Amino acid sequence: MGYEIIIGLEVHVQLKTKSKMFCGCLTGFGARQNTQVCPVCLGLPGVLPVINKQSFEYALKAALALNCQIADFTKFDRKHYYYPDLPKNYQISQYDIPFSHDGYLDIKVDGKTKRVGITRVHLEEDAGKLIHPEEKESQYSLVDLNRTGMPLMEIVSEPDMNSPEEAHAYLTSLKEIMRYLGVSDCDMEKGTLRCDANLSLRPKGKKELGVKSEIKNLNSFKFVSKALAYEAKRQAELLEKGERIIQETRLWDEAKEVTRSMRSKEGAHDYRYFPEPDLEPIRIDEKWLADIRKTMPELPEARRSRLITQYGISNYEANVLTQEKIIIDYTEQALLKAKEQNVTLASVTNLTLGPVFKIINKQKIEFSEFTRKVPPENLVSLANELDKKTIVSTMSGVVLDEMFTSGKTARNIIKEKGLEQVSDKNALEPIIEEVIKNNQKIVADYKGGKKSAIMALVGQVMRASQGKANPQKVKELLTKHLG
Amino acid sequence: MDLYKKTASEIKELVLKKEIKSVEVTEDLFKRIDEVEPKIKAYLTLNKESALAQAKKIDEKIARNEKTGQLAGIPIALKDNLCTEGIKTTCASKILNNFIPPYDASVVKRIKEEDGIIIGKTNLDEFAMGSSTENSAFGPSRNPWDPARVPGGSSGGSAAAIAADLAFLALGSDTGGSIRQPAALSGIVGLKPTYGRVSRYGLVAYASSLDQIGPMTKDVRDAALFLNVLAGQDPADSTSVPLETPDHLEKISRGVKGLKIGVPKEFFVAGLDKEVKESIDQGLKVYEKLGAEISQISLPHTEHGIATYYLIAPSEASSNLARYDGIHYGHQTKSSKGLIDMYSQSRSEGFGDEVKRRIMLGTFSLSSGYYDAYYLRALKVRQLIKQDFDEAFKKVDVIMGPTSPIPAFKFGEKAANPLQMYLCDVFTVTTNLAGLPGISIPCGFTKSSLPIGLQILGRPFDETTLLQTAYAFEQKTEFHKTKPRI
Ligand SMILES: [Zn+2]
Repeated sequence: MGYEIIIGLEVHVQLKTKSKMFCGCLTGFGARQNTQVCPVCLGLPGVLPVINKQSFEYALKAALALNCQIADFTKFDRKHYYYPDLPKNYQISQYDIPFSHDGYLDIKVDGKTKRVGITRVHLEEDAGKLIHPEEKESQYSLVDLNRTGMPLMEIVSEPDMNSPEEAHAYLTSLKEIMRYLGVSDCDMEKGTLRCDANLSLRPKGKKELGVKSEIKNLNSFKFVSKALAYEAKRQAELLEKGERIIQETRLWDEAKEVTRSMRSKEGAHDYRYFPEPDLEPIRIDEKWLADIRKTMPELPEARRSRLITQYGISNYEANVLTQEKIIIDYTEQALLKAKEQNVTLASVTNLTLGPVFKIINKQKIEFSEFTRKVPPENLVSLANELDKKTIVSTMSGVVLDEMFTSGKTARNIIKEKGLEQVSDKNALEPIIEEVIKNNQKIVADYKGGKKSAIMALVGQVMRASQGKANPQKVKELLTKHLG
Repeated sequence: MDLYKKTASEIKELVLKKEIKSVEVTEDLFKRIDEVEPKIKAYLTLNKESALAQAKKIDEKIARNEKTGQLAGIPIALKDNLCTEGIKTTCASKILNNFIPPYDASVVKRIKEEDGIIIGKTNLDEFAMGSSTENSAFGPSRNPWDPARVPGGSSGGSAAAIAADLAFLALGSDTGGSIRQPAALSGIVGLKPTYGRVSRYGLVAYASSLDQIGPMTKDVRDAALFLNVLAGQDPADSTSVPLETPDHLEKISRGVKGLKIGVPKEFFVAGLDKEVKESIDQGLKVYEKLGAEISQISLPHTEHGIATYYLIAPSEASSNLARYDGIHYGHQTKSSKGLIDMYSQSRSEGFGDEVKRRIMLGTFSLSSGYYDAYYLRALKVRQLIKQDFDEAFKKVDVIMGPTSPIPAFKFGEKAANPLQMYLCDVFTVTTNLAGLPGISIPCGFTKSSLPIGLQILGRPFDETTLLQTAYAFEQKTEFHKTKPRI
């Protein structure tokens, strides 16, 4: 029997605010344990929360980007459970009136667009972390409350995804949007994006949903895909055998690449929600929303379509360049300059996709560091040199490396290092003769009819000229010599 | 010198005129405390050394003719549910037996900024839950008028301290009557401001939507002086209201001519002590003579006050007190098997019976399946109670009646029956549910010399009228000047 996979995702996104949600503590990552705390986030007797406006506005931005309806009235509620990483033993969250609901996110899988519904987005405070000592027999755990009270946004999707690939695309797109908005880094490794998944199977053609399992401990996008694929297979095998699926929470075991039952000891939890009496309800009016909309950037999907029509770049290029807002912001500034100066746009995009990315990856630096050292206008001037064929295109990496390290312009580097393309016959002839003399075997191949062998000789000439020789000219001269 | 008998306003004047030194006042007071405190047990912690040091600093300031604060040189007692940096704050609970806060409550900060002197922390019913201080884990305080009787509660320590001249000003907190009822039973002035008037930051929460800090004083002028310092918006408390604080002293003697006083018929029902009723009637006559117009009004939902209060307050308490689990601070059990057991053992050992009772009550009423029938329903009745007052205040300026249905009762008299104890709050809880300001002032004595309190309730944020009304009565009577013989 064929089954349809039904997936819903519950994503927690930590907002990148300067201070925590209800106190003034800083939010930086990697600080020493229990140093980013104060009486409020420690939940000491007598303290009161005061909402950080920035956290609420970040959340509003995110919900608007996810096409959500925004409530005109919202409030916070207390969710009760006992755990040592939650010092008040309740979490300030939102229960029956989340600040936003009923949105959607369009994702692309295999070139096709699919709309995934967003049930609700709400805001809550994060809990701390328990640190379990290495020794197996240890009788204690340690608590780190640096994360306690960080603003956390919960995004619950409708069960609209039908494959692990769609789930992956949803997460990728979500992350991309949050990063565009600048509201979160969505870094799963640092825990600023966390994901739980619900998966059930439904016999093809049937309407009612099957029993779902909830999968936790998904620590990367890759694991989400793997765990969902595994879980779909596991459930299908059970159903094939005529067995029943139990509604349960399962943990992804990344070592064994299986999901296993969490042995639900929690049972049905009664969180005893009730309205947080220490915080006033919040009214959201049109003016506030309008002000927030004004601060929102163009979102990735819209930007891609525009780039393709405005600059004639390919679909592939648009996809790669728009993965991070800072990259496309930079590239677009360069493209605009290039247009002004009649520099070929392709020269600019080729530079970004090639040598620029190479530097970022090789040096392991943030893109912002690159933009500081090589502003867009400098990149355009390098593209211009390529257009004018002042240098061989393969030399662009060498020049850019130098631009990045020294901050000098392309022009100066080319001049100082004498990197101009050599097309002068008189300069090239001696090198060509030398290469022919030293590569008699290849010459013989060529003469024997293997015409492609000439490229090997071109390569040799290029190398001998330290990459500066004009390859077209070299080929032309070689052909003449060997002809 | 018997300085301890004076009011805070008198002390302030003498100190500012350089007729006495704050150090002398403080020393005199501690001498009084040494003599009387063993009989009263108003305090849980005394802060003598740093109080004297602070007094010395203020004396120096005055000697240098520097500008001084509004509470310059006045020794002040704080209920022990107000956080004080470096001074134990126990809430009269074993679970916080050794808790020393790393921060000051906002009201404590204000007192310090205004040159007040903190002399100690007073006793209370554990976590402010009770009407007698019998629920204190460290033993009850005694009523200065009769040591066999309770001083009222939960701010009983502060009330006893003021009544016995063991402090010039004291702070209490009022969730269902915890300032006004002990004020009535101990024969002092107790003011519960409008919800949102005084910052709650640093007040250990019992029921967040009802709690309010307020002054407990020897007379009405002192209450006005103290409120001037306490009131005002605090960025650390989102529920504190951004209103200008009027100078409550400025027009305090405006009188009550033409003032419309409403007397709710629901406050004069079975269970109201005969002598209390007579005193209140006498008090109303005084107002009549002063030119006020008295009329009967109705607050029809008063009878649901106790039931509503005992759902909302315990619900919030069950949440607020969840943090006392022995993990991060406070009492931790010595014997436990695993995490869950550690929670339950620490809490079982740390909390007293009444606190446990209210936590269970609140946990139950917030549980799924019961929430709508209890908590949500209580919120709806709370709205009705509020509407009663809204209607009444369309017709009258203030509402008057007894603070407590009975005068101070004997130890053990009500402790065995929680419901009996809860009924002590019958005239005070509705004020908290509606968020209104209320004051209790001395208005007479029983034949056996137990004080009786007159309660005056006002419109939201109209503490000014409340204080003017109370002050007019005080000017005409001597009850507040009568002192207990200890
Ligand atoms: Zn903090």
